[in-house]
Amino acid sequence: MSDAPALRLSGRAKIGAAPIFGPLSLRAPAGEWTCLLGPSGVGKSTVLRLFAGLGDGIAFDGEAVAEDGVRLDGRVALMGQSDLLMPWLDATANVTLGARLRGTSPGRDRAREILGRVGLSEHADKRPHALSGGQRQRVALARTLMEDRPVVLLDEPFSALDARSRAQMQDLATELLAGRTVLHVTHDAAEAARLGQTILLMTRAGIASFPPPEASTPRLYDAPGTLAFQGRLLRLLMDTR
Amino acid sequence: MRRAARIGGVALTALLLWQALVTLAELPRFILPGPGLVFATLWSSRALIAEHALITALEVLLGLGLGAVLGFASAILLTASPLARSILRPMLVFSQAVPVFALAPILTLWLGYGLWSKVAMALLIIYFPVTSAFFDALMRTPPAWLELARVMNATPARVLWRVRVPAALPGFASGLRLAAVYAPIGAIIGEWVGASRGLGYLMLLANGRAKIDLMFAALIVLAVLTLLLHAAVDAACRRLWER
Repeated sequence: MSDAPALRLSGRAKIGAAPIFGPLSLRAPAGEWTCLLGPSGVGKSTVLRLFAGLGDGIAFDGEAVAEDGVRLDGRVALMGQSDLLMPWLDATANVTLGARLRGTSPGRDRAREILGRVGLSEHADKRPHALSGGQRQRVALARTLMEDRPVVLLDEPFSALDARSRAQMQDLATELLAGRTVLHVTHDAAEAARLGQTILLMTRAGIASFPPPEASTPRLYDAPGTLAFQGRLLRLLMDTR
Repeated sequence: MRRAARIGGVALTALLLWQALVTLAELPRFILPGPGLVFATLWSSRALIAEHALITALEVLLGLGLGAVLGFASAILLTASPLARSILRPMLVFSQAVPVFALAPILTLWLGYGLWSKVAMALLIIYFPVTSAFFDALMRTPPAWLELARVMNATPARVLWRVRVPAALPGFASGLRLAAVYAPIGAIIGEWVGASRGLGYLMLLANGRAKIDLMFAALIVLAVLTLLLHAAVDAACRRLWER
């Protein structure tokens, strides 16, 4: 995806009188996977919401923009911890939701192809209640891919899955989202160590960048380099307040 | 099957208590007839009762259908338009402060002694529960779905129609279930105030002539009709949601 822009945020945010994060700045390089790692409550999700244009109710003094100068509206896809599938729609209809909400052609063939890529060809006609948690999150990934947006914002999308499904989803997402600018909010050091091409640690003190191991992503979960880096990230997380 | 057996058991117990009360208190038949006499009258007057029951059933079904359509449309309007919300919502609440029963005579005056004054009563009595149950559900769409739709650049009309309405259908269904029980009350009140046909009219007539057995027979038929309607609406709503 050659038109994937870099993302930049600088400023401070409050909800009412309560500060969420102080003055900080971060940059997610174009076409790369950036993990925004940090403990709960430091405002990671707020960063995503600002990029997604969902900043109502957040008093934000600063800017959250694409570096190519074009507005982010309409160039962003969002995937969260909850799959947000509509229970009355089958998997295919859920994947084509965006088109149907915009009143454009749903492209059912492409939806089926994408469902095939996430390994759900057999389940295209099933409703969410007939799918496992991991399968539902694959449908959500397919819906995100169907949107075909250059910027993808992930808010702990794998944290509710069991360890095996999580590792599989990490591999799948890395493969299918390659080339897009991905900003991935997570509180899991192991996940950041596997997936991040850029790793930003967000704490009350601000944002610090930590260069990940050389290996290409998704890094092997049991490679010594990955494990050592994961340990280091966890240590940093533990030492922050 | 076990549910049917339980219902049968409850009904049988109620009938036995009823008979025991009549026998032990030596109640005359013009005060409270025993179940045996009521069921005998129900059978011997079946043609008469069926004729009136059909009228009442028609009034109830028309009132329920029209009330459901109006309630559905009103809730959508209230959701879609903040202006409508600010004007209509206080009016809706105020309308509930007026007992619908008190309107029955005026409705009969306006719409005549025939079918439509009773349909209007049934409609009025269910309009608010249907509208408010559906509207409340429409306003409770999970915010995360609405945010997802926003990031997808959805148009407001499509969000309403493809996300909010389907998500609120269970609320609409619970409004309809209540309506199925309320609508017959509306029709009967309408018939009491002024009618020449219908179960309410028959009950009033029987009461006046001290034919309490016929009154109870009509009452039983009315209760059974209401239960059947409730079960039918319940089944329809389930099907709607599972489809």
